[in-house]
Amino acid sequence: MDNLALIGVVSIFTAGITIAIGSIAPALGEGRAVAQALSSIAQQPDETNTITRTLFVGLAMVESTAIYCFVVSMILLFANPFWEYFKNAAGG
Amino acid sequence: MDLKDISPDQVVFWQWDALSLNATILFTWIIMALLVLASIAITGKLSSGYKMSRWQNLLEVVVSQMREQIGQIIHQDPLPYMPFIGTLFLFIVFSNTLTVIPGFLAPTSSLSTTASLALAVFVAVPLFGIRDQGLIRYLKLYVTPTPFMLPFNVMGELSRTLALAVRLFGNMMSGGKIVLILLSIAPLFVPVLMHALGLLTGLIQAYIFAILATVYIASATKARKQKEEKQLKQEDDKPQINRGEKHG
Repeated sequence: MDNLALIGVVSIFTAGITIAIGSIAPALGEGRAVAQALSSIAQQPDETNTITRTLFVGLAMVESTAIYCFVVSMILLFANPFWEYFKNAAGG
Repeated sequence: MDLKDISPDQVVFWQWDALSLNATILFTWIIMALLVLASIAITGKLSSGYKMSRWQNLLEVVVSQMREQIGQIIHQDPLPYMPFIGTLFLFIVFSNTLTVIPGFLAPTSSLSTTASLALAVFVAVPLFGIRDQGLIRYLKLYVTPTPFMLPFNVMGELSRTLALAVRLFGNMMSGGKIVLILLSIAPLFVPVLMHALGLLTGLIQAYIFAILATVYIASATKARKQKEEKQLKQEDDKPQINRGEKHG
């Protein structure tokens, strides 16, 4: 396999693995957070506004780790710098 | 924008030497023009009585709701912070929701736009902090609770700016990408559902961006408030204890 094919294989494989593994932990964390928020709302319906707002902010924080993984895998697939470099090297 | 472009920066409409007009800049201008012209047109004929135009009613709802939300977070007068946070919110909301119009590419799905918005927050936090409690007291926040925390505080400031930018970019970019991918797999009905989901995430992300900006600003300005509240509490301590005993 030449360099270009090798980079293609590794990039695609790594992109899939990145988003697959990277979404496990945030999913579990978000599930826990939502479950806890729901039981809190059930206990104290008066505080629904505060709980919901804090929940959204917290979810955004938790979710950002998954978003980082997504961005990394997207960069690997669509804007891979090594791919461009070796394509130019092979062409020129 | 086709599947290979990762951001609307790569869609160039017009180029002259080094100057290029790409989709991000063009649609940012369109949103700016929309917001500014609509606001000027509506606020041109305001009425203070019971009779008002429906557009004034709309603006009043938006403004009073934003003021209420900011006030609930920072527990002080929301007016000084409202122009900045409200502008961020409205700009992101418009750029996220207008994606349902065919041909419109959200400027927030480009990392340059979100990075500049996050940089605006990054600059605004110390400005509001210094204006609220003076330069020395603001700088003291960095060495609380101990001077050993200084590098961590600085790192936190930088990393949360990065997180703010990448979060908005990732969410908006993923929305567009998923619709594009689904168009090639199931082009008939499924992309509509994903567009509806994209509207929801767009609104939530705009809300979260504004809320986080508010929280960061509040954390730079709140220290003095908390101290004052503590002093007030200590003064009111005795009656509170008595009241507690009665209830208990």
